[in-house]
Amino acid sequence: MGRIWVRGSLRHLKTNGGKNPMEYFLTEEQQMIKELAARIADEKVAPVALELDETGQFPWEIMRILADTDLFGVWVPEEYGGLGGGVFEQSLVVEELSRACSGVAVSYAASGLGGFPILLFGSEEQKQKYMPQIASGKKLAAFAVTEANAGSDASAISTTATLDGDHYVLNGTKQWITNGGEAEIYTIIAMTDRNKGARGASAFIVEKGTEGFSFGKKENKMGIRASATRELVFENCSIPKENLLAKEGMGFIVAMKTFDKTRPGIGAQAVGIAQGALDYAVNYARERKQFGKSIASFQAVSHMLADMATQIEAARALVYATARMIDSGAKNVSKEAAMAKVFASDVAMKVTTDAVQILGGYGYMKEYPVEKMMRDAKITQIYEGTNQIQRNIIGQELIKESMRG
Amino acid sequence: MQVMSIRVTDACIGCGSCIDECPFGVISMEGERAVIGDGCTLCGACAKICPVEAIIIERGQKEAKAPEGKDVLIFCEQRNGQVADVSYELLSVGRMLSDKLGAQLTAVILGEGIKDHAQDLVTYSVDQVYYFDHPQLKLPHEEKYVSLITDLITTIRPSVFLIGGTTLGRSIAPRIATRLGTGLTADCTGFDLDEAGNLMQTRPTFGGNLLATIICPNHRPQMATVRPKVFSMPERVADYPGQLIEMAVPEDLKALSEILSVTEQDDETANIAEAEIIVAGGRGMGDAKNFALLNELAKLLGGAVGASRAVVDAGWIPYAHQVGQTGKTVKPRIYIACGISGAIQHLAGMQSSDVIVAINKDANAPIFQVADYGIVGDVLEVIPALISELKGKG
Amino acid sequence: MNIVVCIKQVPDPSQAKIDPKTGLVIRAGVKKILNPFDLYAIEEAVRLKEAHGGKVTALSMGPPDAAEALKEAVAMGVDDAVLLSDRAFAGADTLATSYTLALGIGKIGAFDLIICGRQAVDGDTAQVGPGIAEQLGIPHATDVRRIVSADDGQLVVERMIENGYETIRMPLPALITAVKELNEPRMPSLKGMMRSKKMQVPIWGPGDIQAEPERIGSNGSPTQVYRTWEPTRKITSQMLEGTPQQQARALLEKLGQVQ
Repeated sequence: MGRIWVRGSLRHLKTNGGKNPMEYFLTEEQQMIKELAARIADEKVAPVALELDETGQFPWEIMRILADTDLFGVWVPEEYGGLGGGVFEQSLVVEELSRACSGVAVSYAASGLGGFPILLFGSEEQKQKYMPQIASGKKLAAFAVTEANAGSDASAISTTATLDGDHYVLNGTKQWITNGGEAEIYTIIAMTDRNKGARGASAFIVEKGTEGFSFGKKENKMGIRASATRELVFENCSIPKENLLAKEGMGFIVAMKTFDKTRPGIGAQAVGIAQGALDYAVNYARERKQFGKSIASFQAVSHMLADMATQIEAARALVYATARMIDSGAKNVSKEAAMAKVFASDVAMKVTTDAVQILGGYGYMKEYPVEKMMRDAKITQIYEGTNQIQRNIIGQELIKESMRG
Repeated sequence: MQVMSIRVTDACIGCGSCIDECPFGVISMEGERAVIGDGCTLCGACAKICPVEAIIIERGQKEAKAPEGKDVLIFCEQRNGQVADVSYELLSVGRMLSDKLGAQLTAVILGEGIKDHAQDLVTYSVDQVYYFDHPQLKLPHEEKYVSLITDLITTIRPSVFLIGGTTLGRSIAPRIATRLGTGLTADCTGFDLDEAGNLMQTRPTFGGNLLATIICPNHRPQMATVRPKVFSMPERVADYPGQLIEMAVPEDLKALSEILSVTEQDDETANIAEAEIIVAGGRGMGDAKNFALLNELAKLLGGAVGASRAVVDAGWIPYAHQVGQTGKTVKPRIYIACGISGAIQHLAGMQSSDVIVAINKDANAPIFQVADYGIVGDVLEVIPALISELKGKG
Repeated sequence: MNIVVCIKQVPDPSQAKIDPKTGLVIRAGVKKILNPFDLYAIEEAVRLKEAHGGKVTALSMGPPDAAEALKEAVAMGVDDAVLLSDRAFAGADTLATSYTLALGIGKIGAFDLIICGRQAVDGDTAQVGPGIAEQLGIPHATDVRRIVSADDGQLVVERMIENGYETIRMPLPALITAVKELNEPRMPSLKGMMRSKKMQVPIWGPGDIQAEPERIGSNGSPTQVYRTWEPTRKITSQMLEGTPQQQARALLEKLGQVQ
């Protein structure tokens, strides 16, 4: 493929320092959060991104820094040791970290996914016990609903939780759980009453180290390889009945309401990945010379970049608007959350694919970061509800709205 | 010694405010009068708080009124019986200055069993060598050095006092200068005298991009620390008629600090400041493993490996190899900069090298502006070519 | 432990660029940052406070903008900050600076340890730290690469020398200067950033610290700048052309290394 001519600064992955071309009227506090996250992404994540991808090592060092800088608590109320922000603030952090490495970003975000059920549905005792640990980053959290036979069809889960005196006994296996094995606090959805169908599942809090709770091997993934994905195995795992979240039968409601809060975060992850890819591609196109000029001066390339940038900005605007809407306390946000996730993830896939194309042969080489970004982007179209399911949700909501007149 | 004193007058009403205010806790009440104990630093907190102004602090002005002082004094640093090279370099500068001033060249050296070294210094055209010889001074104890040297200066009143810019030198010089209330210029690279005989001290600032000449017209001695390897070694004069003067070291010489141990780290490649040839690498080397090429080239040339800050920060090579403003300053015969762009903070550390070679793919890299020889090319091709040329001829 | 950290705001050295035509530095319009060596001082102070309890105060002498640097220190976990700022302080050499800072420290109150960065990257003198120690009459150690212990009023440190390090013990109160080997400075925390944003940094003038006018600023500076000039820079370097092999050969010939 010819001699590699470009070295040095171009290989070093650098993020944009938290600056966006468009003005989103962030508050001072939000700006601070974004800049701090961008600084961590730039100074601590970017230098190790390619190495983490290669080794698949969990980024504990970076998790520690996110904890020490108080970023784990941006979405947690102050009374539990957080900063009192919401989904918007969390999305800002996820977006910035994703520019450097989305595997690191999802490890951070998944702790929010595991913590939201407790915040939304937990009793005061449960919140007092777990939220401060999650907000401080002392312990990571994780959320588990998916099983081998229950992906999009969550109601097909077969993990059971049987009440036995003052304990529930869990049996079953969860699959592909982000932060599996690294987190210490797990929110699990399990069947408590088969006969009740969709109303037969309940949500539980299970702590790592509980007897009968073990982990499968770490999965070898296409992308977000720094993120730890494992099976959770429950074999007569006995937990106190106080660990039930809300009431029996509320399981899927807990899951749905949680996803409503966290889908913008996946959207933010996608926006971040796409932005990182765009920044890299723009720099490359400016420096790479063919036929006597920089390839950025060819319309074929500059138009690609233009479309990429426009799509990213639209995705960002949608994610931000949705996050703000959710934080304002709006009742029904399922359609908007689904829109933010589906649009941003499709954009990320397209933008990263185009970035590889713009880099040409170099884009295909592992020495350059864009092929990783393309591999990373794919999962955003799949997890936390596939984009097909998202479209189902949006379609259903549209019909419902039109029926309401 | 500064002429300073503190006393509590009869106006004291025994309120005790000064006791609480003293940051060092050295004031106590005896009867109805405050007493200031040892450890008072004359910070003045008690005098300020006293409601009846019963505490008086006198600060005598210690600076020379019209600049007194004649001779040139050089601090000769020795460790383990080895006199530092920079001390010899200062003796040659010192001789030049004292000749122009029509004054004596004197030196001070401290240690244990150093009389022979003191005698040897005379042969570098030193008119008086003052030496302090005592078991207490076996290790270079900075606090004791400061006390003894300051006392010596107060006695012999030199016009100029030069100290080599070693870690020891740059640590004791500010204390001595502060104790004497005189001026100190850091890291000088040039000296001259004006018509009035004032010392004109030239030093680099802003990473070497701005040179400044400093003078100290109204205070004596005019003190400066001097950058090693800037000046040349002096000639010996075997039978130079200089005097050896032994200075007394008080048995009860007090010092608060204690040297518990000295640990030597014998990493020849690490002390790049001593190397005659340095092969340095920057980000343009591409990867940490490519530094093996630099190691090989350095070995073939008999030199050391240096690095820019960027690659040290990236963890490719330890900090001991860093050349630059926040790393080491080097002045080798030959400095070969490989894949280094030439940021100002890096240049600060190496631009006074005798011959600078730059190898970089970017023809516009700032490093080429200070290089004697430039190669625009890929370091990963040029360095192997250099290595094979060197091996081929051997 | 009560610790005072002396910091300085300096022009960002990485932003200084060379004018390609003249080969001289463009110093105008350069952003100011917290002196890099001071980051190690701040980090060590905060670590000691976390280990031993107590309070850390950051102190700086400079123009009003220097309050920004003090706030960065607060965002990293420093408790309080004070700025010594007044026209009368300006033009100070290292003697006047250490005098002023020493008075500032005296007014802050009782302390166990003072930590300074080894040198400021604009002046590059490394003199103020030891100068403050002398003004206060306390022991000091420069170029500290590790604090071994800080118990029972005694400080034990490893201090770098040319070919290794010395292990020094000093009674507190004492002063040390910090180098890069000492630690890896932390990122500011969000809570710290918010705290520093709200903080009003008190500004003290000569009257507040009862400074003698003839010992501060240019009045109190025995050294004066006689003149400054830019060094002549060679603009032309000899470029060696050809294939890498030809370039290598030509270079070795020039260097006289051809064996």
